[in-house]
Amino acid sequence: MQKTPNNKAWFLVLPVFLLVAFSALVPLMTVVNYSVQDIFGPGQGFFVGTEWFKEVLSDERLQNSLVRQFLFSGAVLLIQIPLGIGVALMMPKSGIKSSVCLILLAIPLLIPWNVVGTIWQIFARGDIGLFGWSLNALGFEYNYTRNTLDAWLTVLLMDVWHWTPLVALLCYSGLRAIPEAFYQAAEIDRASKWAVFRYIQLPRLKSVLIIAFLLRFMDSFMIYTEPFVLTGGGPGSSTTFLSQTLTTMAIGQFDLGRSAAFSLIYFLIVLLISWLFFTAITHADKEK
Amino acid sequence: MAEITLKSLAHSYTDTPSGPDDYAIRQMDHVWHKGGAYALLGPSGCGKSTMLNIISGLLQPSEGDILFDGERVNELSPRDRNIAQVFQFPVIYDSMTVFDNLAFPLRNNKVPESKVKARVHEIAEVLEIEGKLYKKAKNLTADEKQKVSMGRGLVREDVSAILFDEPLTVIDPQLKWKLRRKLKQIHEQFDITMVYVTHDQLEASTFADKIAVMYGGQIVQFGTPTELFEQPNHTFVGFFIGSPGMNLIEVKRCPRGVCFGSTVVTLDDWQVELLQRLKSENIKIGIRPEFVEVSSLPSDDTFPATVVDVEDLGTYKIVTVQLDHEKLKVRQPEEFSAAQGEQIYLLFPRQWLKLYVDEFLVQEQK
Repeated sequence: MQKTPNNKAWFLVLPVFLLVAFSALVPLMTVVNYSVQDIFGPGQGFFVGTEWFKEVLSDERLQNSLVRQFLFSGAVLLIQIPLGIGVALMMPKSGIKSSVCLILLAIPLLIPWNVVGTIWQIFARGDIGLFGWSLNALGFEYNYTRNTLDAWLTVLLMDVWHWTPLVALLCYSGLRAIPEAFYQAAEIDRASKWAVFRYIQLPRLKSVLIIAFLLRFMDSFMIYTEPFVLTGGGPGSSTTFLSQTLTTMAIGQFDLGRSAAFSLIYFLIVLLISWLFFTAITHADKEK
Repeated sequence: MAEITLKSLAHSYTDTPSGPDDYAIRQMDHVWHKGGAYALLGPSGCGKSTMLNIISGLLQPSEGDILFDGERVNELSPRDRNIAQVFQFPVIYDSMTVFDNLAFPLRNNKVPESKVKARVHEIAEVLEIEGKLYKKAKNLTADEKQKVSMGRGLVREDVSAILFDEPLTVIDPQLKWKLRRKLKQIHEQFDITMVYVTHDQLEASTFADKIAVMYGGQIVQFGTPTELFEQPNHTFVGFFIGSPGMNLIEVKRCPRGVCFGSTVVTLDDWQVELLQRLKSENIKIGIRPEFVEVSSLPSDDTFPATVVDVEDLGTYKIVTVQLDHEKLKVRQPEEFSAAQGEQIYLLFPRQWLKLYVDEFLVQEQK
């Protein structure tokens, strides 16, 4: 069959192109625009080249915030992925019990970020919050507004409570998709529980785990509302993560050039890590 | 290796079975002897797989006992019964290499690694997958996967029995034959009790020494392929074994024999006598197409029939004839020359004419 090139076909792609342009490219270019200029007012911009980028990269406040951000995302992934798998493995396979579990798990996911922050803000208070009060009553000196470690633990606990269900639900759906024959074969082959997990369940959870990992990484790396409501970034700046630092810079100080430069770096970090992770995983698959 | 005894075994998938139709396996007694190669033959849905899963322990029978070497194992899991089973569709551990797949059951049994290696290579050689041993199992073709799946069943030396649940379904006809021979060889080599489930009579008879034919949740006959062919114990065996199956005609009692339409078939005296004693009205006579004799001239014992259709299958012909209101199949050599509409005469040799009452064969009591 002869295929004739027809350039009119490009028109078919146009709607999608326009949509992407308006939803992503144009806003992004605005940021690029700000990041290379110093703008004093309408029509009063001066081209400054890479100066904002250099300044931002050597800014100690931002560096510290970046380190904190990596620590936080790392901790989130280390806790939530194994915990999510564990919860999914323990859930009942069918019947009314599994429905109840699914609903209970889904509840935290349905609560708005702001509300989650507020819930934990009150829940963890030493005077009126059940959690904080109980800890103090048990003899622990717990105060998330004063103690850095306590603040970190509270933020982490809140995030675990809020988002582990997502990992668990993804894993649960992955587990349910494993045909019964695999478990039967494993039983016949006298596989231990661990071997069943290691050689049947884990390999078959791989694709949902990639999604869970990426979602949790991106979300936790961009976290803003919950710690902002809970600790306001304190004590000091110990729980001030990247988004909050950026917001303070952009809106609080109206430092648009530097904020724009930093936004781009922020965006590239998320993109780069997600891409590295994804290619590493998919490449490991192809060998042999 | 073990002798497997099924003692008044029955199974129903419903909790409160109310009638025989609720049973996937109706009450039965059966013994699979040590070291035998058996086939379990029957149509889809007759309870073959249920029976296999009960033997392996994946399923608990709702009634009766299952004994291994005389010991009751009802409550034991497959791992404790030490049984190997190969499923209809390949189950492979796709994150592992072929070698690790085959080694998996051995490693789970804490077999020393040097022995694992030797055994895996031995099995891989038998199944002709040596070249693929270090490939990832998930990149194999469907029949290679099934070989790996089978290999995992064969790799353990100490198993009580190996059960095959239609293991060659996904495999090419060419390779099918080869693998069946392989299994037979493996059986001769290692002398393990094997039970092979299939719905293909050819597959059953090439693999097994003895075939159990299952129908409606029961084993209706257990015998060698020849016995099943020459002495079908049940009308279903007659119909299911052989191609085409046995000619079965519903008949009524008549003096000195049975009759249908205006045709009277005389029977042996003992058969007539037995028939008088039995009350059932469900009487059939059956004769295999291979055993019907044909002549062009009438004689005392012949029945006139009309040729309806002739199918030439290359090495023989299957002739459909009309006798009274019944259509019968007759197998004839290539030389058979009568054409459609022609009249021929059929002879039913006495030893091949079987009498069935309530679907079961009426046998002479000696």
